Amino acid sequence: MNKKSYSYEFVKGIWEINPIFKQILGMCPTLAVTVSVINGIAMALATTFVLVFSSFLISLIRKLIPNQVRIAAYIIIIASFVTITDLVMKAKFPEMSKSLGPFIPLIVVNCIILGRAEAFASKNNILKSLLDALGNGLGFLIGLILISSIRELLGSSSILGFKVLPNSFDPLIVMILPAGAFITFGLLMGFFNSLSLRKKESEKEKLIKKYSDKLIKSSNELVEN
Amino acid sequence: MNNTTPIKNYKLELSAAPHIHSKWSTKKAMWLVILSLVPVLISSIIFFGLKQLSIISVSVAFCLLTELTIKKLRKKEVTLDDGSAIITGLLLAFILPPNFSLFATAIGAIFSIGIAKELFGGLGFNIFNPALAGRAFLQAAYPVSITTWTKPNYDVDTITSATPLAAYKFDKISTDLSSLFWGNVSGSLGETSALAILIGGLFLIFIGVVNYRIPLAMILSLIFFSAIFWIIDPFKYQNPIFHLLAGGFLFGTFFMATDWVTSPITSKGMWIYGILISFLIVLIRNFGGLPEGVMYAILIMNSLVPAINRFTVPKIFGEKK
Repeated sequence: MNKKSYSYEFVKGIWEINPIFKQILGMCPTLAVTVSVINGIAMALATTFVLVFSSFLISLIRKLIPNQVRIAAYIIIIASFVTITDLVMKAKFPEMSKSLGPFIPLIVVNCIILGRAEAFASKNNILKSLLDALGNGLGFLIGLILISSIRELLGSSSILGFKVLPNSFDPLIVMILPAGAFITFGLLMGFFNSLSLRKKESEKEKLIKKYSDKLIKSSNELVEN
Repeated sequence: MNNTTPIKNYKLELSAAPHIHSKWSTKKAMWLVILSLVPVLISSIIFFGLKQLSIISVSVAFCLLTELTIKKLRKKEVTLDDGSAIITGLLLAFILPPNFSLFATAIGAIFSIGIAKELFGGLGFNIFNPALAGRAFLQAAYPVSITTWTKPNYDVDTITSATPLAAYKFDKISTDLSSLFWGNVSGSLGETSALAILIGGLFLIFIGVVNYRIPLAMILSLIFFSAIFWIIDPFKYQNPIFHLLAGGFLFGTFFMATDWVTSPITSKGMWIYGILISFLIVLIRNFGGLPEGVMYAILIMNSLVPAINRFTVPKIFGEKK
C-alpha cells in the first residue's frame, strides 16, 4: 500500500496504529467504561466526534497557531467540542450521560485526541487529517467493542443488554470490576502483539530467503563462468 | 545418522549462574510433595465426605489439561510428568470451600495454570504461587459462593456455618482448640485439620524438600505478633495458639509459602519473607475487613521476593565491605 495515499491515512488507524492496542493511548476510558458494550460504543462515538472536528479545525488553522502556544490552542478547540458533546448527551441521552459519568468531560484530556492533533493534524492538510481522525476513531470503536463485549459476556452473561449465555453459567463478577478490565486488556494486547510479531518474523524469513536465493544463483553463475 | 560422533546428538543447555545445588530432581521432589498431601486429602474426605473428591479431581484435571494445551500451543516440550500441575490442582482444591461449584473450580484451575503460571513462562518463572493466584481470582469472581462454608460431618450440604476466624471476628464466638487441631471445623477442604497438615509438612521438612526456615520464621513471628495484640486486649484479639491453628495459616505455611519458585533463595531472605508474611496475616486478621488474610499476605510477599533476593545477597568470602 502506498504510504502517501489518502486511503492509507484512513485504514492505518484500524490496525497499524490502532489507538488502543498499538499507540496505547486513551487507557483511562478504555479501562473504565468498558463494563458494557453500549457504554463502549457511546464512549467511542463521543470521542470520535470530538476527534474528527478538532482535527479538522486544528488542521485548518495549523499555520496560524504560533508554535509556542499550540498545546493551549489545541486544548481550547478540543474543550469546546467536548462541551458540545457533553451538553448534547445530557439533553438527549441522560441515561447514557449518567452511566458514563465524568468520562465525557474527561475527553478534553484524552491522549488520543491531543496525540493525533500534535502528531498528525498540525502537519497535514484538512482532508488527510479528517481521514486520519476517522480512522483512529474507528480503531478506538473496534477496540472498545472488543474489550467491552468480552467483559459484558463474562461479567453479566449478556451482550448489549440481551442475555446470551444460559442461566447455568455463573457470571464472573471480577470481569465487571477494574481487575477484569486489566486482565481482558492485557490478554488481548498480548494476543495482538504475538500476531504482529509472527507477521514480522515471517516477513523477515521471506526477505532472507529472497536474498539467499539470489546469492546462491549469483554464486552458481560465478562458478559456471 | 553417523554413530561415531554421538556427542552431537546431545543438546547441552547451560543457564546463567547462580546454580542451586540439590540432591533432588524436580520430578522426584514434586512427587514427594504430592505424597505429603495425602494426609490432607484423607482429612478432607473424613470431614467433608467422599463427594469432595469431585472438586479435587476437576481441579487436577483442568490444571493438567490447561498445561497440556498451552505447551502444545507454544510448541514447547510437554512436561506433565513433573507433577507440578498436579500439585497446583491439589493445592487449589484444598483451599476452596467444600461443595464449591465444579464449573468455578475449573475456571480457577484454568486461571492458575494458564495465566498465573504459563503466561509468565512456565514452571520456574511464575511470580505468584499459581494455586493462590487462582484462588484470588475466584475470590474476586465469585465472592459469595467462595465464602459459603459447609459444616463438617453433615451429609446435607445446605447446612452452612462460619469458619472459626469469621465466627470470632464478627460474632465473638470462639472455637475450642482441640477441634481446631483435629480439624472438626468448617473451612476450606484441606486447611481445617492441623494434625494432617503437620504430618505432611514435617515430612517435607525432614526429607529435605522444604527448607525449615520459612515455616519456622512464620510460626514464631505469628505467635509473637498475635501475642502483642492479645496482651493488649485479650477479648478483642484472639490468643496466639488460636491464630496458629485456625484458618489457612498452617496450610499456607507448609505448602504455599515454601513454594520453591515463589520464595527467596537466600537464608536471610527466607527469614525476612516468613516474618513479613506473618506480620501481614496478623494485620489483616485483626484489622482488615476479611476474617482471613493468609492468601493475600503470601501473594503480596510473592511480589516482593525479587527485591528480597536482591538485598540479601550473601557476602562473598574474602570480600571487603
